[in-house]
Amino acid sequence: MTDSEKICIDVLSGPDEEQPFHYAAGVYGSVFINELRDNKRLMGIKCPKCGKVYVPPRRVCPPCFVEMTELVEVSSEGSLYSFSVVSFGFLDPATGKEKPVPYTYAVIDLDGADNRFLHFLDETDHNKIKINARVKAIFEEERTGGLLDIKHFTMV
Amino acid sequence: MGKKVAVTGVGITKQSSVRHDVNGVEIINEAVRAALEDADMNRADIDAVVIGNMDHFEGINYVEAWSIDGNGGLMKPTMKVTTGGCTGSTVAMAAYYHVASGLFNKVLAIGWEKNSESDTTGAITTAFDAIWDRPVFAGAVAGLAVEAALYMHETGATEEDAAYVAVRDRKHALNNPFAHLHINLTIKDIMDSPYLSWPVKMGDMCPRTDGACALIFSSEDVVDDFPMPPAWVVAVANRHMYTYTADADFGSIDGPYWMTSLEAASKDIYSRVGISDPLNQFDMAELYLPYSFAGVKWMEALGFTGRGGGPELLRSGATDMGGKCPVNPSGGVLSSNPIGATALLRVADAALQMQARAGARQVPDAKLALCTGFGGCYWSDMLILSKDKP
Amino acid sequence: MQPVAIVGVGQTKVEANKIRERFEDMVFEATNKALADAGMTIDQIDNVTTISNDFWDGRTISSMAINDACGSYDKNVSTAEGDGTFGAIYGLMRTLAGTFETTLVVAHHKGSESVMRLITNAMFDPIFERSMGIDAIASAALQAGSYMRKYGISEEQCAMVSVKNHGNAKKNPYAQLAMDLTVEEVMRSEMLSDPIKKLDCCPIGDGAAALILATGERAKKITEKPVWVKGVGYCCDSYHLGYRDLAGCDALVAAAKQAYTMAGIVDPRKEIDLVELHDAFTYQEPFWLEGMGFCERGEGGKLTESGKTALGSELPVSASGGCLSSNPVLVAGLVRIIECALQIRGDAGEHQADGVKTALAHGVNGPAGQSHCCWILGGEA
Repeated sequence: MTDSEKICIDVLSGPDEEQPFHYAAGVYGSVFINELRDNKRLMGIKCPKCGKVYVPPRRVCPPCFVEMTELVEVSSEGSLYSFSVVSFGFLDPATGKEKPVPYTYAVIDLDGADNRFLHFLDETDHNKIKINARVKAIFEEERTGGLLDIKHFTMV
Repeated sequence: MGKKVAVTGVGITKQSSVRHDVNGVEIINEAVRAALEDADMNRADIDAVVIGNMDHFEGINYVEAWSIDGNGGLMKPTMKVTTGGCTGSTVAMAAYYHVASGLFNKVLAIGWEKNSESDTTGAITTAFDAIWDRPVFAGAVAGLAVEAALYMHETGATEEDAAYVAVRDRKHALNNPFAHLHINLTIKDIMDSPYLSWPVKMGDMCPRTDGACALIFSSEDVVDDFPMPPAWVVAVANRHMYTYTADADFGSIDGPYWMTSLEAASKDIYSRVGISDPLNQFDMAELYLPYSFAGVKWMEALGFTGRGGGPELLRSGATDMGGKCPVNPSGGVLSSNPIGATALLRVADAALQMQARAGARQVPDAKLALCTGFGGCYWSDMLILSKDKP
Repeated sequence: MQPVAIVGVGQTKVEANKIRERFEDMVFEATNKALADAGMTIDQIDNVTTISNDFWDGRTISSMAINDACGSYDKNVSTAEGDGTFGAIYGLMRTLAGTFETTLVVAHHKGSESVMRLITNAMFDPIFERSMGIDAIASAALQAGSYMRKYGISEEQCAMVSVKNHGNAKKNPYAQLAMDLTVEEVMRSEMLSDPIKKLDCCPIGDGAAALILATGERAKKITEKPVWVKGVGYCCDSYHLGYRDLAGCDALVAAAKQAYTMAGIVDPRKEIDLVELHDAFTYQEPFWLEGMGFCERGEGGKLTESGKTALGSELPVSASGGCLSSNPVLVAGLVRIIECALQIRGDAGEHQADGVKTALAHGVNGPAGQSHCCWILGGEA
């Protein structure tokens, strides 16, 4: 886990000029990124008090205010909690360029997790998307370490 | 116990999509001078200044220091607070605590934004976690749209129900000379507007505005110094529940949550003030409704009606001017949205109502008002104002 | 002012790069340390004030990152943006207002994740000033030059501050840069922006800090060693460097006066036993001490040179090592208050000064000391 404890992600942030940042993913977040990249596994973390599983993993359970240490694997499949088809253009602060639209922003209940997971859904016709639909993650062939090692989710 | 606190001066700038005629410091100063004039004060009478905005909209770091020549705080105690969309109500609460603490008698509270100076959605997107949220996030519009989609799914409410709010608030704005948008719309107009992020359409969404607002908060010991009657702050409360967007729970109709932060803040402030029937106890409300669906669902979270009862509440006319509890006589956020000032404008307009000087938008005999602020990751601020000293 | 006391404090070690930790990890550690110090649980915290800066964090609602970690879930909570001393004043106001008995104040900063020169360049006017490349160091250098020329303060006198503070830091386990230096080594260090050399300058570090405030009666129930807030003052000077007398520090004079008046202090030199300064650059020790009235104008250099500001002498200044040895921006001010509280309690460990009954904690916001904040703390109510 030595490597996994030191993952940082470079991000640009700022309205009118480049403000480069080098964000730590944290000890547990790093495990998530490594497991996703190397083994296509999604890792969560379990609260020792209330038993809730959070994904991606982090240290503190908000309502319980206790430290979480128990990493657990969650499924890369789940159901669609909600979604929106984004069709307006805006500047992506990470690139300074217009974000390609339309895309579908999906809030997903992964099997085995108690909070939700945010990602893309590959369908952009809102009439064809149903809340509670079963969805699964489609992984990138070339994975470099980061949330977008999942290409998107798709309805099954 | 702390000092009782009242709003004793109100300053609001002209608001529009672009204010090329003023820079940031100047638009702040426009609001400050208006508030001082309204309160019949000089800058020398101010004990302290509290200011707020969202830094990334203008790209200015240390705004309280940068704006000192315009914000009235030169050689005075000056502080910056910020909490994203709810910054304006956070400023109001901070000014309330400045005075209630007994440390200061007359405090200037300023909220401002020049949203024309950056890409609003790009800047809002940077509010969210760089590693876990930003790669897929699309600012407030999509962040709210997923709540709307789930609300319709859970309750059977329709896009037309939401459009009622968009029409109502814009109609109310016709009575408010300060409002950014003065447009008389129909439900069909809203329904015909293009989708920004399904199910949210252009007409459902607040504009982005350049504008500023300044209020004077005063201690009970000095309220007689002012020409206008005091608008008393009865209580303030808030909840900022979520760090990770993925933890936000939009609820299910029979589940434990509906809008967690607003329900928790309501419970807190209602219990302190003795509110059990908000629809009948409040005479009016200035609510931070950044998009139309909020005007349906959040009324339920605020306890104005039961879960799923929002559409019926609206169609009863209870929230229109002349109804039981008019909502957003000012036209609300859907008509004016200089983000760092937006929630402070709610307090400003409620204060004008308590002082019975809201002009064409006055709710007759208004004595008790509810104000909210919304922002962050489904965060909620609440203030209750009263005509009578609490 | 009604009585309010500091009943618990916590700080992380300040490091150049806490690569394993996110903001929330540092805040969780500091919060838990403060709770443990006070012997409290999170349920006994009535409300929370957080301190962060959207630019330093690269996040437009920077406080969102740490709400879980400071335990503010389902509590009243708000955020001050600026130095920790200012945020703590907001926490003090909330404690005094009658709604809450206890307030947790937390601050975090990770300098390792951003580029200091770009972040502090963004303090300056976007149209007229930024393109010249001015930043925190260059603006401080302009001030240092004005002050030192006007009063004949020497670079060697400033270097003595570096030697003293980095030496003090060796006794503080939380400090980032602890080292034995000589005046010659400071003088020979790389020139960054004349007259400021590398060893005249603070490092920008990673860290978090937390303290707990409580109303009078409650404080006495929580701890046997409450540290009482005797007075506070803060004041903001003009923005453009050309609009103010850079060789003066009018805002500090006013802030100190407010705090002294509230605390009933007439002669700070006699009545204050220890100072924790926001001394991000060496010239600031003599300069700020003059502004606080510890000596006459222009006499600060001699005061430093006399050795009286050393640990063990009559007015220890930055016994912790100060900002010069550790500067997690924003957190730094909160640490000044925490260090004063530890000194008054007698819990400062190896860098404990003798007989500290009353102490002054100091913070700064904005370029070249535009806005100052002073806290007077004492061991007796």
